[in-house]
Amino acid sequence: MKDAFGTPQSLLILGGTSDIALATARRLIARRTRTVWLAGRPSPALENAAVHLRGLGAETHTISFDAIDSESHEAILGKVFAEGDIDMVLLAFGVLGDQANDERDPAAAARVAQTNYTGAVSSALVCARALQAQGHGSLVVLSSVAAERARRSNFIYGSSKAGLDTFTQGLGDALHGTGAHVMLVRPGFVRTSMTAGLPESPLATTPEAVATAIELGLRRRSETVWVPGSLRLVMAALRHVPRAVFRRLPL
Amino acid sequence: MPADAAAAAPAPSHLSPDRTTPVTGWGRTAPTAARLIRPRTYEEAAAAVRACGARGGIARGLGRAYGDAAQNAGGAVLDMTGLDRVHAIDADGGTVLCDAGVSLHRLMEVLLPLGWFVPVTPGTRQVTVGGAIAADIHGTNHHVSGSFARHVLSLELLTADGEIRTVVPGTPLFDATAGGMGLTGVILTATVRLLPVETSWMSVDTERARDLDDLLTRLTATDRYYRYSVAWIDLLARGASTGRAVLTRGEHAPLEALERPKPSSTRARGGRFSRRDALSSPLEFRTSRLPAAPAFVPEGLLGRTTASLFNEFWYRRAPDARADELQRISTFFHLLDGVPHWNRIYGRSGFVQYQFVVGYGHEEALRRIVGRISARRCPSFLAVLKRFGEGDPGWLSFPLPGWTLALDIPASLPGLGAFLDGLDGEVAAAAGRVYLAKDARLRPELLAVMYPRLPEFRALRRELDPRGVFVSDLARRLGL
Repeated sequence: MKDAFGTPQSLLILGGTSDIALATARRLIARRTRTVWLAGRPSPALENAAVHLRGLGAETHTISFDAIDSESHEAILGKVFAEGDIDMVLLAFGVLGDQANDERDPAAAARVAQTNYTGAVSSALVCARALQAQGHGSLVVLSSVAAERARRSNFIYGSSKAGLDTFTQGLGDALHGTGAHVMLVRPGFVRTSMTAGLPESPLATTPEAVATAIELGLRRRSETVWVPGSLRLVMAALRHVPRAVFRRLPL
Repeated sequence: MPADAAAAAPAPSHLSPDRTTPVTGWGRTAPTAARLIRPRTYEEAAAAVRACGARGGIARGLGRAYGDAAQNAGGAVLDMTGLDRVHAIDADGGTVLCDAGVSLHRLMEVLLPLGWFVPVTPGTRQVTVGGAIAADIHGTNHHVSGSFARHVLSLELLTADGEIRTVVPGTPLFDATAGGMGLTGVILTATVRLLPVETSWMSVDTERARDLDDLLTRLTATDRYYRYSVAWIDLLARGASTGRAVLTRGEHAPLEALERPKPSSTRARGGRFSRRDALSSPLEFRTSRLPAAPAFVPEGLLGRTTASLFNEFWYRRAPDARADELQRISTFFHLLDGVPHWNRIYGRSGFVQYQFVVGYGHEEALRRIVGRISARRCPSFLAVLKRFGEGDPGWLSFPLPGWTLALDIPASLPGLGAFLDGLDGEVAAAAGRVYLAKDARLRPELLAVMYPRLPEFRALRRELDPRGVFVSDLARRLGL
């Protein structure tokens, strides 16, 4: 169960090697989280993450989970929920893709969309139903500031996050009043292994800052969290910039 | 009673397999959804228990437990306020037999005109008899009277098998049920021993203590002369005045106190009052009611500045010493009941109530904790310190002989969770404990340290309720 400050005792991470997810897990383990499920494709990185979190004092399990294989989500995630209540699900998987390459390789572009959007839709729905049945729990979904407006430099990734973002908003409304809580997190540029080597955008942030914002959002039972918070205003302004101008902005 | 959150429209979603309602405790933190069932008969209650399904059920009274004791995520919550009959009053012997859903308010209405009072009342009348037993509540007379269950002569308990058992004091099932947070079964009725009174007035002495040491000395020296004794403590005061307080002690006023000519130092508070009126109906139970707190209050309205100003005012308005003031029962015991929904003033994040007890001989720990709260500048309004008497037989009953401090703090205060964890450490090291009826955040690891009879409680539950029919969010969170 969550405590008065919204801190979960059990956590399921979809995308168990995500830097943001692991920073969040570390933060929550320092408070109340005692059980962590790491779901992801089997890899040494996933096992290492589990060992690391175990070292911090959590009972940690890994499960084999492939975002693209939507058919399998019900069975795999169903097993986790059958083991006991999950107080928080963090949907953190996603790929950035390689925009220049993916524009030439439509199949690769579709894989970005499948992972970030369709994989998220099926797994989030499985989790949402389970959270609703247990009458409590948070589904925290990592969207992106890129979901807010298409940018020339990453619109394939951005469009997949836009789909996820819209889906999550609707899911939050669907679950309102059921005891389950859906929280949408929109980070800006985060310095992670996913963005390593990319030119940094303004207002760049860190996985730890996202983790802090998630913990605060849980306490406030927020529906949308921007990281950093100032992005909410920046994006409110940018959304209304005419396209002819937006196109020329150095974003 | 459903919490405020229940006012939200039910989800129209086709994801909903069943109609559920969000439920919170009085602190309005951590809402979870459950099927609310309101039995009107014992048979309906038994049927609800038999049909409550895989996620079990828990009884709920008027929702005054601050934390998650009367919530059951995904399961059933039995709203017991529909079972609210007073069956029999023995006006000569001083006992009452009533349903568990009867509130202390209702009992006072019925009993005071007959010259009887409830044996123990907490800071609100809006608790049910069932809740009072399940939390084994205490009042400001604990040092004299112990907690509520000590005055229960017998009770009827609906257990997991759907049977109704008569439970009497001195048996393991009674001691597990008193303070057992509703986890042994649903209390259906209780027979309670009452306190005779001559009037519905309190004779009250008030004095100020300039710091914590002064307060502890005064309480230790004079507590035994008063049936009711409590200190409001200013936890925002720092430096030399850390722990300054206003002591309020009282006794039920005898009839002759109303007849006595009014000395110049005596004033009466608690509504317009003339001695003649009081004398004409000495046992009249009258309460006052202010407008309810608004439904939406901006977060952070109650910050340090507001709390400091309020505390300064509250301390200054109290006299250095005043004796034999007549107050109404509602003014003396239940000040906050005058403001319906006062829990809303903390905004949507809600608040946590922190109450702990440390035994006599551990005054150093108490001093350290008060020092830490005061240094941390927790914006707390009505912090209360009192002395407990002998411990109670309930296995999970809260009181033990020592000092208890209760304070409420907005849950939105940054870093509050870690801060309170630190205080828990001090409390546990001093062989103290926190109060489960108020808890919403204790580290599960500390539970067995604070409640040494927890293994017996767990064993009895396993035997009595092997399928785990009775369960609450509190029980899940702490592994009760």
